[in-house]
Amino acid sequence: MTKSGITAQLESLAGRAPSLLLRSVEVGAGLVDGYSMYESHLGEVMVTFNPRGVTSVDLAEGDPEGRFEARFGRKVVPARPPSAWQQKIGRALEKGQPGSLPVDLEGMSEFRQRILRVAATIPRGQVRPYSWLAVEAGSPGAARAVGSTMAHNPVPLIVPCHRVVRSDGRIGQYSLGGPHNKWSLLTWEGAEPGRLEELAMAGFRYVGSETTRVFCHPTCVNARRISETHLQRFRSKESAASAGYRRCAVCRP
Amino acid sequence: MEALCSRLATDLERSFPEVVRRFQNEIFSGLRTLAGADAEDLAQETFIRAYRALQEYDSERIRQLRLRGWIWTIALNLGRNHARDRARRPQVIGLENDIGAHDPEPADLGAWQRRLAALTPAMRKAVVLRHVVGLGYDDIAAALNRPEGTVKADVHRGLERLRKQLEMET
Repeated sequence: MTKSGITAQLESLAGRAPSLLLRSVEVGAGLVDGYSMYESHLGEVMVTFNPRGVTSVDLAEGDPEGRFEARFGRKVVPARPPSAWQQKIGRALEKGQPGSLPVDLEGMSEFRQRILRVAATIPRGQVRPYSWLAVEAGSPGAARAVGSTMAHNPVPLIVPCHRVVRSDGRIGQYSLGGPHNKWSLLTWEGAEPGRLEELAMAGFRYVGSETTRVFCHPTCVNARRISETHLQRFRSKESAASAGYRRCAVCRP
Repeated sequence: MEALCSRLATDLERSFPEVVRRFQNEIFSGLRTLAGADAEDLAQETFIRAYRALQEYDSERIRQLRLRGWIWTIALNLGRNHARDRARRPQVIGLENDIGAHDPEPADLGAWQRRLAALTPAMRKAVVLRHVVGLGYDDIAAALNRPEGTVKADVHRGLERLRKQLEMET
C-alpha cells in the first residue's frame, strides 16, 4: 500500500462522538445538574446534584424542573447520582439530616452556609428557634436573617429547616409546600407541634426541672425526661436564671 | 478560534459547550484510536478537566491559549495515565434513561490499533494526531510539547513503518 493509501485509511478512522457526550460533560463539569426522584414523608421529591454534592430538594408535583431552572439559572437532566451517594440520599431524607452525604451550598453567602450547617445538627423530633441558630452561628441578633435563610434553604428535608421555629416558639412558615407540611413532618418525628404551639401562645419558651434545676428548649431530650409534677415553665432565659436554673449543656438555650 | 477564546474569557460557563461541540468528534476519534474501549469516558474527562482548568485561569491567559493544542495535551495525558487515574477518579454522575446514539466503529479499527501499537508512543501519537485527527504540525508540536521538526520526522517515520508492516501482512 502506498503512503497516500495509508493516510486515506487512517483518515477513515475518524468518526462522530456519541450523541450524549456533550450532556455528560455538562453534568460532570457542573454546568448542568442531574436529578433523581426519591420518596419522602411529603411524597415524591426531586433531588438534584452536581459532582460536589446534592444541590436542591423540591416536591415533585407540578414542574420541578422548570422551578429549578428559574431559581438556579441552570438546566437539570435526569441522571444517576454517584453510586456512593445513592443510599445516603435516601437515608438523609428519612432521617432529616445530611450525615456523610455531601451538600453543595456554593453560591450562598458564607453567613447562610454557616446557618444551614448549624440547622443540620438539630436532632430529629426537636426544634430550635431562629434566635438560637443566630447565636450558635456566631451572629447573635441575626434572627431575621436566619428566617430568610430558612426560607431559601435549597435542600429542605436534608438540612432540616422544618425543625427551626419562630423566636417566640410558634411553628412558623415552611418553604416546602407551606406550614401544614412543617406540622406534618414535626408530628411524624414526634415533636408534638400542637403542644409546642400552645406553650408558645401562653408565652413560655423554656422548660426546667425542679429536681435538676436545669432549663432547656421544650423539645430537648432532657426536657422530655421531666415529669409533669416537676416541670417549670419560663418566659425567658433571664427569668429561668433568676429562679436559679442553669442552662442545659445539651440544647444550650 | 481566537473569537472562541475571547468568549471563553468573558463568559466561560455559557461558551464552554461550544468547545465541546467543536472538538468532541476529533477528541473522541483520536482517543478511540489511541486508547480503545474507554474513549467515551476519556473524552468526557478531557473536557471536564479542561473546564476546571479554565476556571482557574485568568482571562488574559485564556485569550492567549492555543486552544486546540492545549485540549489535546489534556486528552493525551489522560490517555497515558488512564489506568492510574481510574482509581482516584472523582464521583461520576451517569445520565439516566438513555445511552444515546453511537456510530458504529470502523470495521478495521482493531487492525489499525494493532499496527499502531508497534510504533513508539511518540510516533503513534504524532501519526494519529496528523492523519486521524487532521491536526496541523504546529498544533501537534504544542500538544506533545516537542519541536515541530521532530514531530514531522516522527509522522514521516511512523508512516514508513506502517507501510512496511502492511507489506509483511500481505
